[in-house]
Amino acid sequence: MITSASALSALELARIQFGFTVSFHIIFPAITIGLASYLAVLEGLWLWKRDTVYRDLYHFWSKVFAINFGMGVVSGLVMAYEFGTNWSYFTTFAGSVTGPLLTYEVLTAFFLEAGFLGVMLFGWNKVGPGLHFFATLMVALGTLISATWILASNSWMQTPQGFEIVNGRVIPVDWLKVVFNPSFPYRLAHMVLASFLATGLFVGASAAWHLLRGRSSPAIRTMLSMAMWLIAVLAPLQILVGDQHGLNTLKYQPAKIAAVEGHWQNTPGESVPLILFGWPDMAAETTRFALEIPYLGSLVLTHSLDGQIPGLKEFPPEDRPNSTVVFWTFRIMVGLGMLMLALGAWSLWLRWKKDLFSSELFLRAALVMGPTGLIALLAGWLTTEIGRQPWIVYGIMRTKDAVSNHSALALSITLTAFIVLYFAVFGTGVAYMLKVVAKGPDEGGSGGQPDPDTDPHLRPARPLSAVETKIDAPAFPNLRGD
Amino acid sequence: MDAGIDLPLIWAGIIGFGLMMYVIMDGFDLGIGILFPFIPDRAERDTMVNTVAPVWDGNETWLVLGGAALLAAFPLAYSVILSAAYLPIIAMLMGLICRGVAFEFRFKADDAHKPTWDRAFTWGSYVATFSQGVILGSFINGFAVTNGAFSGGALDWLTPFSIFSGFGLIVAYALLGATWLILKTEGSLQARMRQLARPVAAALLATILLVSIWTPLSHPEIASRWFSFPNIVFFSPVPILVLVATLAIFWAVGRDTHALPFVLALLLVFLGYTGLAISLWPNIIPPSISIWDAASPPQSLGFTLVGALFIIPFILIYTAWAYHVFRGKVKTGEGYH
Ligand code: HDD
Ligand code: HEM
Ligand code: HEM
Repeated sequence: MITSASALSALELARIQFGFTVSFHIIFPAITIGLASYLAVLEGLWLWKRDTVYRDLYHFWSKVFAINFGMGVVSGLVMAYEFGTNWSYFTTFAGSVTGPLLTYEVLTAFFLEAGFLGVMLFGWNKVGPGLHFFATLMVALGTLISATWILASNSWMQTPQGFEIVNGRVIPVDWLKVVFNPSFPYRLAHMVLASFLATGLFVGASAAWHLLRGRSSPAIRTMLSMAMWLIAVLAPLQILVGDQHGLNTLKYQPAKIAAVEGHWQNTPGESVPLILFGWPDMAAETTRFALEIPYLGSLVLTHSLDGQIPGLKEFPPEDRPNSTVVFWTFRIMVGLGMLMLALGAWSLWLRWKKDLFSSELFLRAALVMGPTGLIALLAGWLTTEIGRQPWIVYGIMRTKDAVSNHSALALSITLTAFIVLYFAVFGTGVAYMLKVVAKGPDEGGSGGQPDPDTDPHLRPARPLSAVETKIDAPAFPNLRGD
Repeated sequence: MDAGIDLPLIWAGIIGFGLMMYVIMDGFDLGIGILFPFIPDRAERDTMVNTVAPVWDGNETWLVLGGAALLAAFPLAYSVILSAAYLPIIAMLMGLICRGVAFEFRFKADDAHKPTWDRAFTWGSYVATFSQGVILGSFINGFAVTNGAFSGGALDWLTPFSIFSGFGLIVAYALLGATWLILKTEGSLQARMRQLARPVAAALLATILLVSIWTPLSHPEIASRWFSFPNIVFFSPVPILVLVATLAIFWAVGRDTHALPFVLALLLVFLGYTGLAISLWPNIIPPSISIWDAASPPQSLGFTLVGALFIIPFILIYTAWAYHVFRGKVKTGEGYH
């Protein structure tokens, strides 16, 4: 392998490249997962209550869904190849486990696209309501199954089991154990809730945006109300699941928790404080400027007043994850989670006071909170992935032994190109999506589905052709008008 | 390989089939981007794109499936090929992103912005195709492997042969695109494609000839595969059919045929693919690592096969249906959004 200085930066560049592309990618699947289920609920309510508001909202959000799904597919194409381009030693070593799981994800996505997406986006006037609802349900289920496979793969890398190593290669011996590895249930629950919350906050923010502009139609009020119910229920649930997730991580990856807490060493017989804020210093092996709350660390992590957790100094320096980074990414996630809890509680209070749709302060807060679901989700992943370092397969293979032998130059060129291309392409895509959202369910959005019978080229149609809005016209006419 | 089932062989078949589906189907839709510079007229460009609009993203999914299946079944091949051809792979992905997005957005763009998306579409098509050709060329050349990993340099893929095959693939996809348009369009656009098809077919024949001379000359093992007795008897139909198919294309584009040129172009590509398989079999990492050396353990092959056998037939039926409902000519000026 290549030698020290250049190897280090090539490794870092490969990691940054993977992190950058997967972070862009995960934004779209998260919204895909959330919107698919939201659409299933909307269609169910329409069939049950026959209130046209639900139908109009369905048509409107299915257009946003279509754009978002299209971008998820395009960004996922890169991910399917990056394990080989960037982590070839890892692939040779463990591809026998991650490969089948990834193939199942792709097959699921493929199946979904082939089978039900077309009916969902274009079949409203063509198939009966029952069949259409079934297609929507299958799409929602498909996104969840897809998430299950890919998270099984990631969780296996975090807490591997069910395999043997023969001749330097991983041989899966028990697929049930591989898939249902110790961290998998927690990660799946936490990630699915995160997707729902991110989507709820997005939907809520768009409703708030319209309401702040004085467009208080029944559809928009329903949007806000449903989103706030979701947040009020799921935010506390997410905190509970996150707490359990943390306990599981403490059991299987204690170094990660020590880094997340900025906890360096125990004093015999003393409880562990919770460090609210501070600056973990990897070189000095201490957390500077620590603002501590006594006992709370023990209480949260061991659910007892004087329990101790391993400190970072108990691990050799080469086995320690970067505490400075994960300390802060974790606090961003938890902090935003608390704000979501507060938003949910506030909405309940306003609902009770019958002021939900008119409190300007609240609507502004809901608007500002719009992107926080995605920010918390990314912060969570950064914590998980950087906290796993220096391992790529925890305790079994180190990241530095996994990286392909590319030069730093080659990686810098491709990374730069990725950054330019992604911002241009997905920037345009996201702007387009926001433009459709800005039109609202009452204008333009709800006019049913494009009909393949009157437009022969829609047979069989691609997701994005379900949206008629033009892309280049000024994106937010209202931002300038009123 | 217990129970007498040769799982690596089955998987090589599945992946080989998937790759061929990809080459054929994405081939003609990449070809449309390649032909864009020859057709300046806005309305005709719209028609060209309309002929593939409903099917192109399904075409590209074969590539995703191929990548994932290669990882699952032959992780060693996946890691060696993708890291050896790192730069062209990344270039290919970027080309495909550009063109995939431009494809959709040009329908939604106003007139002022359409040319920008058209350029992204054209460039994306060229870059993706050229990169695929380069990857193919470097694959034929073989990769340096020590201790189960690629051990060559970052620019090992850059050889005169791989550059040549990059251009060669552009020609091949252009032929697929042109004959596809003969099938799907009419009037002046179709006439223009008939004109273009001849020089493109001639260029492709020249390319195939050159590759057929160049490859055995630089790879003695491939030469002995083809030119030893009795192989030469079994394999000789391949070059003969190539010649016949090319001549038939020349003849067919001058007549009032619609589907025939495309069918012949498909045959030509299929023959090229077969020739390649004959040259390289049973290696999945040329020059010397076979499908059995590179395969995942049977536990992985078997587990994945269950899902693949369940879902791939479904995908094939869907694909056939998609092409079926979309049969017939696309007329210029016919609306699509
Ligand atoms: C929790 C969910 C989740 C996570 C962590 C990831 N993905 Fe993903 N991915 C999805 C959930 C998803 C999805 C919701 O299922 C998508 C979005 C659109 C689609 O078709 O499926 C998708 C699409 C998608 C596609 C396109 C499939 C197609 O052609 O339709 C590929 C190849 C990948 N992903 C690969 C990856 C890889 C290699 C990841 C990890 C590094 C990854 N995804 C993380
Ligand atoms: C989808 C959300 C995800 C995000 C935002 C994310 C983020 C990251 C980041 C930032 C890194 C670099 C960490 C570092 O080098 O310090 C990384 C590494 C990595 N992640 Fe993830 N990750 C995600 C999901 C996944 C999934 C689902 C898998 C596996 C199926 C995965 C596999 C990997 C691998 C192979 C690496 C490279 C090796 C390593 O640094 O450990 N990631 N990820
Ligand atoms: C407020 C209480 C929360 C707690 C205690 C908590 C706890 C955790 C812990 C301990 C991890 C790391 C697990 C590991 O690496 O093994 C994690 C990861 C993660 N968190 Fe949170 N979390 C909270 C809130 C949130 C919120 C509000 C979101 C997003 C809306 C979120 C999204 C994520 C994601 C996407 C991951 C990475 C995937 C995973 O490992 O599950 N979390 N969380």
